[in-house]
Amino acid sequence: MAFVHRHKGLVPYLLLLPGLGFLALFFVVPAYYLAHTSLQTGSLDAGYAFTWAWENYTDAISTYHEQLTRSLVYAGIATAIALAVSYPLAYWIAFRGGRWKTLFLLIVIAPFFVTYLIRTLAWQNILSDNGPVVEVLRAIGVLDDGERLLATSTAVVAGITYNFLPFMALPLYASLEQIDERLIEAAEDLYASRLQAFLRVTLPLSLPGVVAGTLLTFIPAAGDFVNAELLGTPREAMIGNVIQSKFLVITDYGQAAALSFVLMAAILALVLAYTRALGADRLAEAR
Amino acid sequence: MTSYAATPARVRSLPRAWAFVRRHLLTVYAALALLYLMLPIGVVVLFSFNDPVGRFNYTWEGFTLDHWLNPFGVPGIQESITTSLEIAALASLTATTLGTLIALALVRYAFRGRGATNIFIFLPMTTPEVVLGASLLTLFLNLGVSTGFWTIFIAHVMFNISFVVVTVRARIVGFDRHLEEAAMDLGANEWTTFWRVTLPLIAPGIVAGALIAFALSVDDFVITNFNAGATVTFPLYVWGAARIGVPPQVNVIGTAIFAVAVILMLANVLLQRRKEHA
Repeated sequence: MAFVHRHKGLVPYLLLLPGLGFLALFFVVPAYYLAHTSLQTGSLDAGYAFTWAWENYTDAISTYHEQLTRSLVYAGIATAIALAVSYPLAYWIAFRGGRWKTLFLLIVIAPFFVTYLIRTLAWQNILSDNGPVVEVLRAIGVLDDGERLLATSTAVVAGITYNFLPFMALPLYASLEQIDERLIEAAEDLYASRLQAFLRVTLPLSLPGVVAGTLLTFIPAAGDFVNAELLGTPREAMIGNVIQSKFLVITDYGQAAALSFVLMAAILALVLAYTRALGADRLAEAR
Repeated sequence: MTSYAATPARVRSLPRAWAFVRRHLLTVYAALALLYLMLPIGVVVLFSFNDPVGRFNYTWEGFTLDHWLNPFGVPGIQESITTSLEIAALASLTATTLGTLIALALVRYAFRGRGATNIFIFLPMTTPEVVLGASLLTLFLNLGVSTGFWTIFIAHVMFNISFVVVTVRARIVGFDRHLEEAAMDLGANEWTTFWRVTLPLIAPGIVAGALIAFALSVDDFVITNFNAGATVTFPLYVWGAARIGVPPQVNVIGTAIFAVAVILMLANVLLQRRKEHA
């Protein structure tokens, strides 16, 4: 204690030390080993050697660009649908939820209380060939008799959308809830129509929530492999499926590690482009 | 004169009618969205009572209580749940300790590197799980560590720390420091003040962080899948079963986990309510 008394400035660093030390060891150092592994060649039998194998990257991209593109497209569509479903819902809870707000928010996060794999398997039930959804779609002629929902890209995107939707809805709700309703009333007093008031006041003020929700949904969705595995076929394989099987089944560690970095780079590029397009211009305008 | 007075009234009533319709459209939309969120949960519960023909629990065949009366009636399922609970208890305890210390430093002290620490804490949460799991596996591979119970433990502590920091920090931001000063004025030293004043006050935040860490640990599949070796947690059991047909017992366990989580959340909300009213 005497030591702490004499060096008060050290207290925060002492508090940080165990936690950040753990993260350094098991989050930062592994990133180094992932990079190291991505430049290795070899096999489980012959052993692995570090050979500056940049071809791991070029090979990975030329062989798996299809799965990579598919991941980004699926994640993009799922994020857009999640936004379209969540925004009105979050708006309604924030402004019309009344005394039941907490209950509605509980329903929004309720999917997280069901084990991830189990709630994905539930979509197998819902979309199954003799299930109610397929029968209704067949009855109204959207699906032909032989057509299925399960094992299609529709099923995979539906699963991804559902699984990550709360990540979209919660930040949207948080930003909408903070909006001072008097600002919207003021806009209407100044002869803005409800639509104008929404577009010029509510929407810009909720943009931070839109940005946060989009990123929190898109990033895990782009790396997901569970939905493609349980609701799709190898035709719907995403980049996560490739990384998973290369690490755990084929033990082609070099290319698997290279693919992980390619995925991170692709996500980072899209996130930067997105925040720049939406963040810089619109947020400045909102001010 | 009468027609002059009537026109504005009709004009005014039109947007009012439109607003009425729109208000209800939004409500209907929100209700449908909430139903959509609950639908798969209902399916999980429903199919825990199903009496499937054959190995696949896909279509409704008939009602039975058998699986609820015999939830561990499938080989391997009980062991996997025990493993999951053991890892979750150890990992959430460790992550909560480490995360709470970081949260305290971030909220209570102004120090060089605070901004950088805030950003750093976000990184594990914004990295795709498949990359987190893969990079940790390369560490263990390169160091020759064989994966199993303890590597899963390490992985779970790693991804949970950030979630604990965020949760605890949100709860202690509004903490009234005058209470601590009062304790010190009354002769308590820093250690006593921390144990008798600070800790009891921030305890609800710490409990919330621990609960979230526990839930995330029990639920995690992706990162665990990379670092499990031959150890089987409950999600890994479900993953293995998905290929050969998931027994309805999995739905029973899933429903039970859901029920426990909802009860804890409701208890938390009610406790909070009571405190606010008191």
